[in-house]
Amino acid sequence: MNSKDIAIKVENISKRYRIGIKEDIHDSIGGAIFDFIKSPFKNFKKYRSLYKFDDDSSDILWALKNVSFNVKRGEVTGIIGRNGAGKSTLLKILSRITDPTSGSAEIRGKVSSLLEVGTGFHPELTGRENIFLNGTILGMRKREVEKKYDEIVDFSGVIKFIDTPVKRYSSGMKVRLAFAVAAHLEPEILIIDEVLAVGDADFQRKCLGKMRYHTQEGRTVLFVSHNMGAVIDLCSRAIILKNGQIAAEGPSREMVEQYLSTLFVHVDNMNLRDAPTRSGDGRLRFAAAYFQSQDGNRINMPIAGHPVDIVLEFESKEDLSNIQFVLTIFNQMGIAVTHCNVRTNGQLYQVPKGEGKVICNIPKLPLPLGNYKVSIAASDNIGNLDAVPTACIFDIETSNFYKTQFTPPMRFSTALVDHSWRIG
Amino acid sequence: MIKRMNQNESPMIIKASSKWNFIDFKALAEYRDLFIFLVWRDIKVMYAQTILGFSWAVLQPTIQLVVFTVIFDRVAKVPTDGIPYVLFASVAVIPWTYLSQAMTQSSQSLVQGQGMLGKVYFPRLIFPITPVLAKLVDFGISIMLLIAIIIYYRVMPTWNLLLFPFLLLLMMSISAGIGFWLSALAIRYRDVKHAMTFVVRMLMYSAPIVYSASSIPEKYRIIYSLNPIVSVIEGYRACFLGTPIPWQFILPGMAVAVILFIGGAMYFQRMERFFVDVI
Repeated sequence: MNSKDIAIKVENISKRYRIGIKEDIHDSIGGAIFDFIKSPFKNFKKYRSLYKFDDDSSDILWALKNVSFNVKRGEVTGIIGRNGAGKSTLLKILSRITDPTSGSAEIRGKVSSLLEVGTGFHPELTGRENIFLNGTILGMRKREVEKKYDEIVDFSGVIKFIDTPVKRYSSGMKVRLAFAVAAHLEPEILIIDEVLAVGDADFQRKCLGKMRYHTQEGRTVLFVSHNMGAVIDLCSRAIILKNGQIAAEGPSREMVEQYLSTLFVHVDNMNLRDAPTRSGDGRLRFAAAYFQSQDGNRINMPIAGHPVDIVLEFESKEDLSNIQFVLTIFNQMGIAVTHCNVRTNGQLYQVPKGEGKVICNIPKLPLPLGNYKVSIAASDNIGNLDAVPTACIFDIETSNFYKTQFTPPMRFSTALVDHSWRIG
Repeated sequence: MIKRMNQNESPMIIKASSKWNFIDFKALAEYRDLFIFLVWRDIKVMYAQTILGFSWAVLQPTIQLVVFTVIFDRVAKVPTDGIPYVLFASVAVIPWTYLSQAMTQSSQSLVQGQGMLGKVYFPRLIFPITPVLAKLVDFGISIMLLIAIIIYYRVMPTWNLLLFPFLLLLMMSISAGIGFWLSALAIRYRDVKHAMTFVVRMLMYSAPIVYSASSIPEKYRIIYSLNPIVSVIEGYRACFLGTPIPWQFILPGMAVAVILFIGGAMYFQRMERFFVDVI
């Protein structure tokens, strides 16, 4: 590949921090006084040591370790990972806010980084003044801000208060104004940290729209987010960071699914044999209940709008026939959202003695964001075989149901339906 | 639309730096709009929500002048080489007010700007330089007071006034130099903030503000002249009052100021890669 096509080239970047400023606790008045007297010397050593790494390494944290990757020109790359995985440190290094401990990065093109909206906003200054100040802080020239000024004010929707000091703004207005400035940056390379998680749903949608515009403009974007829907929607590629290292890198959808599948499991849904509350005569026992993606990987956080399989594993003590499998999904209000029954397929199942599984496919998971539980049951002509009221608990944190990124919150909906609008 | 990038433009390299650098004027020039806005912000919010506004710039030195006149002239009867005390003190108090405020604010600039420090990049030197420039507004206003006093005492202007721009520059570089050192130290050791009030007070008595430099015994003059603040104060006296220019104070003070400024800038930039990590 021609090196000119690479906008960001990161080579073996590592960053270490000292974390060990721990407080000593004294247990006597004498100890406290002695501590008080010697503390200036101790503090001096302590704060000086923040710059030095040569002595004992017990309190050194490697926030990043040998991270290398390339971002091609015009590519939109998402960085995902749990808190503390090193995402923010990576962005801070690429934004030149902090130096790497070792390794290097090359950036070709004009960069703007947005690690926060409203950096440098001063409460005593008016909205208009803050637009100029914040714009130049983010790397715009004064005349660029002048050119965009009307658009920015329009986007923010605070035109009535533009000559009022920002300290009189509501927090929502402040955020809108701040984001409006940020949204009008036009660098060649944009580095963004979780800044979309601001404002109300309506404003967030507007921001995502602006982001999509940026990505379609052919801008190179590096994007950290916890909003998996946004990552899938906006990014073509994603990098999973784990403990300061790159765990995986690839197409964004695959990466998001992989990442979500590694998150914590809530209940021991993989071992239902010992489930505390269950009923049924025990001729069949459920062993596990879990979600899996279309390629067969287990997932703990299904994404609304994506196809999922709900797999029920069981063990039967004898050959059984005419079995009815059911599963019910309850939301956190305890409302049964939907009931899936093999009868809806028009058939009952036969299972031989031994282990087996039954899979329920939902082509487009219609659940709003929230947490849910699945209760499962099986019965035959004779009676109830097994029922587990809480077989699996899952969260939906990400929705891709409506491609527009807008997902109604749970308080307005218990299920999502495909629909469209027209003016007629 | 995105401006087509010049394909020959050299890439920006990010890596651990360890060199000693002097001021990167090119980078500062690139961020000049930001620089101007930050200075303007400081000026604009300096007296926000005050009744007197910029009158404070005159009021502060005036009050100090009254106090000094009462204590050092009426009570202590400090000799002033025959110059009326108000005139003698005002040419010193006004630049000193600037020096002390610019120094104090410059040394706190990084700690106060830590929110910005951790979120956005721009040349870090902008932080300590901003108050040095912003405080010039106050200085300019209080110069009016000085001119009024000079006219009242009917002091005739002399060619010494030509020294003014040079003294201004000297005064700014001393403030900036001290600001570089102390702001870089203050981000790591917050003790600086607490020590500052008392350091400023010490500096005030170390310079000929309330007394005359001629009252310093001859044999200590050389050590005394190493204090760059002495050169500024004595320089302003000569500049406005037309007394002989005290080169024996100005030249050593200037040399120390240059060392302070260059050393401070280099120390600051040496430490700047750690600033964010120790906030």
